[in-house]
Amino acid sequence: MTDTAATTATPEDTGPMLAADGTPLKRSLARALRAQKMRALALIAPLLIFVLLTFIAPIVDMLFRSVENQIVSDTLPRTTLALKDWDDSTGDLPGDDIFFAAYQDIFLAAEAKTHTRLGTRLNYEFTGVSSLFRKSGRGLDDIGEVYQDAFKDLDKDWDKGAPWVELMGSDDFVAEAQAWEKGDALPEFELRDGMADLLPLTAVAYEDFARFQRVEEEKSLLKEEPWTLVHTMLFRDLQAQDVSGYSGPRAEMLKAADALVDGGELPPLDVRTTFEKIDKDWMDVDVWETIKMYSPNYTNGYFLNAVDMQKTPDGPAWRDDDERIYGLLFKRTMFMSLVITFSCIALAYPVAFLLSNLPARTANLLMILVLLPFWTSLLVRTSAWKVMLQQQGVINDVLVWIGLVDDANRLVMINNQLGTIIAMTHILLPFMILPMYSVMSTIPQTYVRAAKSLGATNWTAFWRVYFPQSVPGIGAGSILVFILSIGYYITPEIVGGTTGTFISNRIAYHISSSLNWGLAAALGTILLAVVLILYWAYDKIVGIDNVKLGG
Amino acid sequence: MAVETQAIKKPLGFTAAVIGAFGALFGVFVGAANGSVLGGIVAGFVIMAAVAAGAMSVDRKMEAPVKWGFVILMVLAGFVLGGLPGAVVGAIFGYIFGLLIYWVGMGRYRVPLPPYLTAGQVLWHYAFRTICGAIFVFLITPILVVMPLSFNAENFFTFTPEMLRFDPEGYSLRHYREFFQSSDWQQALRNSLIIAPLATLLSVSFGTLAAIGLSSEHVPFRRAIMAVLISPMIVPLIISAAGMYFFYSRIGLQGTLAGVVLAHAALGIPFVIITVTATLVGFDRSLTRAAANMGANPVTTFFRVQMPLILPGVISGGLFAFITSFDEVVVVLFVGSAKQQTLPWQMFTGLREQISPVILAVATILVVISIGLLATVEVLRRRSERLRGMSPG
Repeated sequence: MTDTAATTATPEDTGPMLAADGTPLKRSLARALRAQKMRALALIAPLLIFVLLTFIAPIVDMLFRSVENQIVSDTLPRTTLALKDWDDSTGDLPGDDIFFAAYQDIFLAAEAKTHTRLGTRLNYEFTGVSSLFRKSGRGLDDIGEVYQDAFKDLDKDWDKGAPWVELMGSDDFVAEAQAWEKGDALPEFELRDGMADLLPLTAVAYEDFARFQRVEEEKSLLKEEPWTLVHTMLFRDLQAQDVSGYSGPRAEMLKAADALVDGGELPPLDVRTTFEKIDKDWMDVDVWETIKMYSPNYTNGYFLNAVDMQKTPDGPAWRDDDERIYGLLFKRTMFMSLVITFSCIALAYPVAFLLSNLPARTANLLMILVLLPFWTSLLVRTSAWKVMLQQQGVINDVLVWIGLVDDANRLVMINNQLGTIIAMTHILLPFMILPMYSVMSTIPQTYVRAAKSLGATNWTAFWRVYFPQSVPGIGAGSILVFILSIGYYITPEIVGGTTGTFISNRIAYHISSSLNWGLAAALGTILLAVVLILYWAYDKIVGIDNVKLGG
Repeated sequence: MAVETQAIKKPLGFTAAVIGAFGALFGVFVGAANGSVLGGIVAGFVIMAAVAAGAMSVDRKMEAPVKWGFVILMVLAGFVLGGLPGAVVGAIFGYIFGLLIYWVGMGRYRVPLPPYLTAGQVLWHYAFRTICGAIFVFLITPILVVMPLSFNAENFFTFTPEMLRFDPEGYSLRHYREFFQSSDWQQALRNSLIIAPLATLLSVSFGTLAAIGLSSEHVPFRRAIMAVLISPMIVPLIISAAGMYFFYSRIGLQGTLAGVVLAHAALGIPFVIITVTATLVGFDRSLTRAAANMGANPVTTFFRVQMPLILPGVISGGLFAFITSFDEVVVVLFVGSAKQQTLPWQMFTGLREQISPVILAVATILVVISIGLLATVEVLRRRSERLRGMSPG
C-alpha cells in the first residue's frame, strides 16, 4: 500500500511526496519515528523511575547531607541571628543580648530535648560542647525559678494554667479550650489582640509553650503551668512596658505583678552569670566562635574534616599532625588498591594467556576454575581466607608441619595489610582474568608466528608483537579491579584488623558507631568522585556496553 | 599435516639428574620436618636418582610393575613414618613419581610439542604451565579447604589431628545439624529466601522491559539512561548503603522488608540490563515484523516470538540478580534491621565475633548452590548462542 505515495506524486506535481493517508511523507515518517521513540521511552520509563527513586535519590541525599548543617540554626534560631553581628576577631565575649537569646533557645531546645543532638553535632567540631549543652539544658531552669516563685507568692494564680490562658489567649481560644474534651484534637492557640505589643517577649515564649503542649505533649493548656521561661519573660516585659492601660481579663493580677517588679525587690536578670555558673566553658570565646562558624545552613566543615582540615576564624587550616587520619586512610586505600591491582595483573596475565592459547575444550574446563570463585559468595571466600590465614589456621599448620616455620613463630598473616591484600587479590582475580581473556582470545596467533619466522626471538615476539595487543585487556581489567577494590568494605573489615582497613570501613564506622553522618557523607562523596572519574576513564577506554559478565 | 614428535628415550644421566632434582625438592620438606634440611636434600636426590636409574635400566615392558611396586614401597614407607596420613601422602607421591620417571626418562614430555623447539623452550613451556597451575591452585584452594573443614567434629577452624588421621571420630555433621536446628540461622535462611526472589522478580520484570526499550533503534539520551541504569553496579556498595540508609530513614523504609527488597532490586538491575541487552543484540527484528504481518498483536508477538528467544538471557540475568541479592551484605546491614537478618549478614557477624564453624557449613552449602547456578548459567549461555546461531553445536 505504501507505494501509493509514489503514484500520487505525478511528475507534474511539484508538491511534497505524500504518504498513503495523504499527509506529506516527511511528516508521516517523523511521526512514525516519534511514535517509536515514545514507545521505547515508555518501556524504559518504569525502570528509570524505579532506579531514580531507589538508588539515585539516596545518592543525591548523601551528597546533600555532606554539606547540610541546618541543625544549628534550627535549634538556636535567635542565637545564630544575634551572633551575626558579633565580631569574633576582637576576642571579646558576646554581649548580654546574645546570652539572652541563647537562654531562650537552649531552654526551648531542652524542653524539646533537641539540645543534646545539637551538642553532639557541635562536639564533632569542638570537643566538650556536648557536655556543655547537656548541663545547660538542666541548669537554665534556675534563672526563671526566682521570678516564678516571686509571682506565685504574690498570687497563686500565676502558677496555674487557666489564669495564664485567660490572660494570653483570645476569647475564642479560651472558649474552645474550655469546651475541649479528652480524645478531641486540641485547639490551636490564638494570642489575645494587643498582647504582642503589651508583653512582646512573654507572648512569644507563651506561644512557643502553647505549641509545644499541643504538638508534643498533647495536653490542655488549662491544666499546664507555663515554663519558668515564660515567667522570666514576663519579668522582662513588666520592667520595660507600661501595663496600666490594660483592661482585659486578669488585669488586676497583671497590675499587681507590675507593681512588684517596679518595686525593685526582685533580683535583676543576669543571664550571663547563670551561664558562667552552669559551666565556665561558656566564658570561652572559642565555644561561641564554633557556634557562629557553624550557624549557616550549609557548611564545608564536613569536607574539611574529611581531608584533615578544620574551620578556623581565619579560614580553613590543617589539623595538628597527630589528628590527621583521613589523608593517611585515603593514601592507604589508594596504595593497597594499587598493590592489589598489580598483583592481580601479575597473576591474571599468565592464566589469561594460557586460557586463550589452549584448545577450546580444555580452556572451557579450566575456565570453570576461574568462574567458580567468581560465583562463590564473597563471604564464603572471605571466611575461607580467615580460616586459612589465622595463626592457628591451615597455612600456618601446613608450614609448621613441613617444618618451614617454627611452631613458636607462626606467621602473622591476618588482621594486617598482608591479609587484606592476599584475600582481596584472590577475590578480585576473576575480574582481571575475564576481561584479559576476552581481549587475548581475539589476538591471532599467526602474528607471533610471523614475528618469529621473521627472526624475532621468543621474548621480542612476545614483547613487541603480542604484549601491545593485550594492553587493552590489562587496562580494562585494572580499572575494573581498582574501582572495585577502593570501595571494598567486607573483606578489609574481617581480615584487615586495624592497619589493613580502607576508607569505606571508616565510613561505616561513622554511620553506625560515631553517628557523625555528615562526615560519613563527605567521605563517601570524595570516594564517589574518585570512582566516577575512574568509571569515566573506563567508559572511554572500554565502553560501558562492553562490560562482560563471567563469559 | 602436523609433524609428529617422537618420544625418544633420554640418556640415563639426564633422567637420574632431573628426577633426583625433584627428589631433592621433596626432600627439603621431609628433611625440614625431621630436623635437617640439607640431609633431606641429599637423601632425596640420591634416593630418587637411584630409583630413576633403576627403573630406566630394566626392560621397557616392566613399566607397570615398576610403577606399582614403587607406589607400594612408598605407601609402606609413609605408613611407617607417619601412620595413615603418611601412607596416603606416600601413595600420592609414589604414583606421581612413577609417572614422572617414565615421562622424563622416555622423553614423553616432548610429544605434545613441535619437534623444532629447543631444550630451553621446552623447559619454559613446562615452567609456565607450572606457574599457571599454581595460580589455579590459589584460585580454588580457599573453596576446597572450606568444604572438609565444615565436617570438623571439633569447634576449630583448622584440621584436627583426628581429621588428618582420617579417623571417623574427627568428622561429623554437627555443624550442619546446628545450622538446621538454630532458630537464628533458620530465620536468616528464610529471610534470604524471601528477599532474594522478590528483589529478583522486581529487577527482572522492570529490567527486561527497559532492555527491550533500550535496544530499539531510536532511543533519545541512550547513553545517559544507560549510565543511570548501570550506576548501581559501579558505585561502591558502601556508598550505596550509606545513601540508602540516610534516604530510607527519611522516608521510613529503613529497617523494613520493603526497604531491603527495593535496595536489592536496584542493585540487581544492572546485571539484568547487561545480560538482556546482550541477548537482544543478536535478536532478529524481522521476526517480530513477520509476526505482526501475520496478524499477531504486540503482546502476542512479545510472549510467543520474542520472549522464547531472549528467555535464556532473561533467566541468566535473573540468576545474576538473585545471586547479587542472596550474597549481598553491606546494604542489608545498613538498610535492614535485626528482623531482616539474611544469611550473609549472619555469617558476617559470626566472622567478626568468631563464634562457630557453623559458618563453614553454611559456606559449603552456598558453594554447592553457586556451582548449581554456575552450571545453569553456562548451559543457558550455550543454548542462547546456539539459538542465535553464534556458535556451532
